[in-house]
This record gives sequence, C-alpha cells and structure tokens, in this order.
Amino acid sequence: MNNEVFALWVYLARTPLLWLTVTILAYCLCVRIADALRRPPLANPVLMSVCLVGLLVRVTGTPYATYFNGAQFIHFLLGPATVALAIPLYQNRRLVLRAILPMACALLAGSVTAALSAILVARALGASPVIVASIAPKSVTAAVAMGISGRLGGDVALTAVLVILTGILGAIIVTPLMDLLRIRDKRARGFAAGLAAHGIGTARAFQVDPLAGTFAGIAMGLNALLTAVLVPLLL
Amino acid sequence: MLLSLGLILLCQLIGEAIARGTGIPVPGPVIGMALCVLLLLARDALVRWMPTELRDGTFETTGRGILSHLSLLFVPAGVGVIQRLDVLGSNALALAVAVVASTVLGMAVTAWVFSVVARWTGE
Repeated sequence: MNNEVFALWVYLARTPLLWLTVTILAYCLCVRIADALRRPPLANPVLMSVCLVGLLVRVTGTPYATYFNGAQFIHFLLGPATVALAIPLYQNRRLVLRAILPMACALLAGSVTAALSAILVARALGASPVIVASIAPKSVTAAVAMGISGRLGGDVALTAVLVILTGILGAIIVTPLMDLLRIRDKRARGFAAGLAAHGIGTARAFQVDPLAGTFAGIAMGLNALLTAVLVPLLL
Repeated sequence: MLLSLGLILLCQLIGEAIARGTGIPVPGPVIGMALCVLLLLARDALVRWMPTELRDGTFETTGRGILSHLSLLFVPAGVGVIQRLDVLGSNALALAVAVVASTVLGMAVTAWVFSVVARWTGE
C-alpha cells in the first residue's frame, strides 16, 4: 500500500464515519440480496450483514471497540425503536385486549420452556456454570439479558452474542416451524417470534404481517419482565 | 417530525429513570413503550388542545419510520460475535444444541398454547 493511501486509511479508520457508513451500506446491500431472492428465511438480512461487516472488521484488523465507536449511533436507536413499538400496539389495542388470556398463558408457558430448556441442555452437555448462566436469558432482548447474566455470574459479552444468534435463528425458523405445526393464527405466530427471538424475531414478524409484528413486540416486552424474575429461580 | 422524535426520546428517558429509580428488572425502553401508549391515549382524550403534529398522523409516521429498519439496529451488537469466537469455538456443541433446542421449543410451546387458549376462550 502506498504511503498516502495508508495515511488516509489510518485517519478514516479512527473516525466514527467509516464504520457507520459501512454498516448502513452493508445492510442495504443485504436487504437487496434478500429481496432479489424473494426473502427466503435463510437469507436473513441481519445474519448476512453481521457476517459481511464482521468479516471486514476482522480482515482490516480493527478492534471491536473502534468499530462500535462508529456503529453505536445505530445501536442507540434500539431504545427509541422499542418505544415506537407503542404505535402498532396502540393502533391494535382492541385486538390486543381481546387476546389477553391467550397471551398470559402463552407467555408463562413459553418463557419457562425457553429458559429451562437452555439451562438443562447446556448443563447436560457439560457446560460450565458461567456458560449456563450466560445462556439462560438468551431469548430476551439484549440489554435485559446482559443484566440478568451479569447478576448471576455469567459472561455478559457471551450473553450478548447468544442473544443475537438466538434472534437470527428464531427469525429464520419461525415461518417454517409455524407452518409445520399448522399454526395459522397470525397473533400466535407473532407472539411466539417475539417471545423466543426478541427484537430480531419482531422485525421478522413485521416483515410478514403488521398484526403479527404487534403481538411480537408485546411478547418481547413481557418476556423481558418475566425472564428477569424466572431465571434466578430456575438456575 | 422533530416534536415526535423528541417525545419518543422523552418516553425512553422517563422509562430509564423509572427503571433505575425503582430497581425493577424491566428495561427503560419497555417502560417507555408503555408510557408512549398512555401518551397516545391521553392525546385522544385531549385532542383539541394538542399541537397539529400529534393530530395529523406525523407522530405515527415517525414511529413507523424508525420501526421499518428494526433489523439494521441489531447489526452492531451482532458484529460483537468476533470478540467471542474463542469461547464459542471451545463450547460449540453445548451452545449450538442449547440455542437451537430452546429456541425451537420455546417458540413451538408459545404458539401452541396461544392458539389452544384462543380457541377455548371462543376467539
């Protein structure tokens, strides 16, 4: 590499602008690819973007902290986006209130199943207590999951990774799994996506149907609350 | 548009303050979501005194604008995978099986219970 190009790279690599731009453009590219393939579940935009950007960060030898310095502006919007879930919730409030009983039962059953099965399977396969504590809250939205894991002696950064992996997996499998189980109720499909796969499942549900997305958003919020109470008891 | 953004941030801010202040294990933005629903209900009750921006659908459009790219917002945290490749590698089997099994089971049980109870309650 000649000296001037190298000096330019050193300069750009330290400003937030570079990785912010890379993240947004990589995501736009991945959405285009997913659309061109007619959005099959496996061509998940989050999965493809994480791989693409992760590869670029790795190949250029950029520390994650430097990458995040730029990408934090996108990460920050997770909070306002969660608040904005109130809008579809408000618009569908009558449908939501009518489904209060199915939601309460599904929440309790699903929350216990997701946390307990993760704990038992990880333990049975010989995972250490630190790993078990890190994986137990993995169906919950990242900020809460990290809080739970930290309080129980888990590895917080590992929890964040497992949360994202769970979300991506959930977004990929929700449509085929629900079809396989012959569950046609859009509310049930959305609620399951939000409960087991938090925000990434919710994003997927909104892509498929606004009503499913609304129920996914509610499930995500309620499961964050319930898992925080449940996991310390199950562990 | 700007007022709408400001109000969404305000809901989150109050939500964070409540979460911190009371120590309840709910994330601030989730409390903010509940506050935002209350805000919209209050708007309907007091519609005559509300600024135009809250009456003409701008608030809804702004919120939906943020939500339309929800997937993008998970990419920065996802790239964090590169920091933990070592731990993932040394526990690959246990982690992979636990994540897959619990995601499939959690999702299936949730949807199944929801649809069964919905049918019982005559929905």
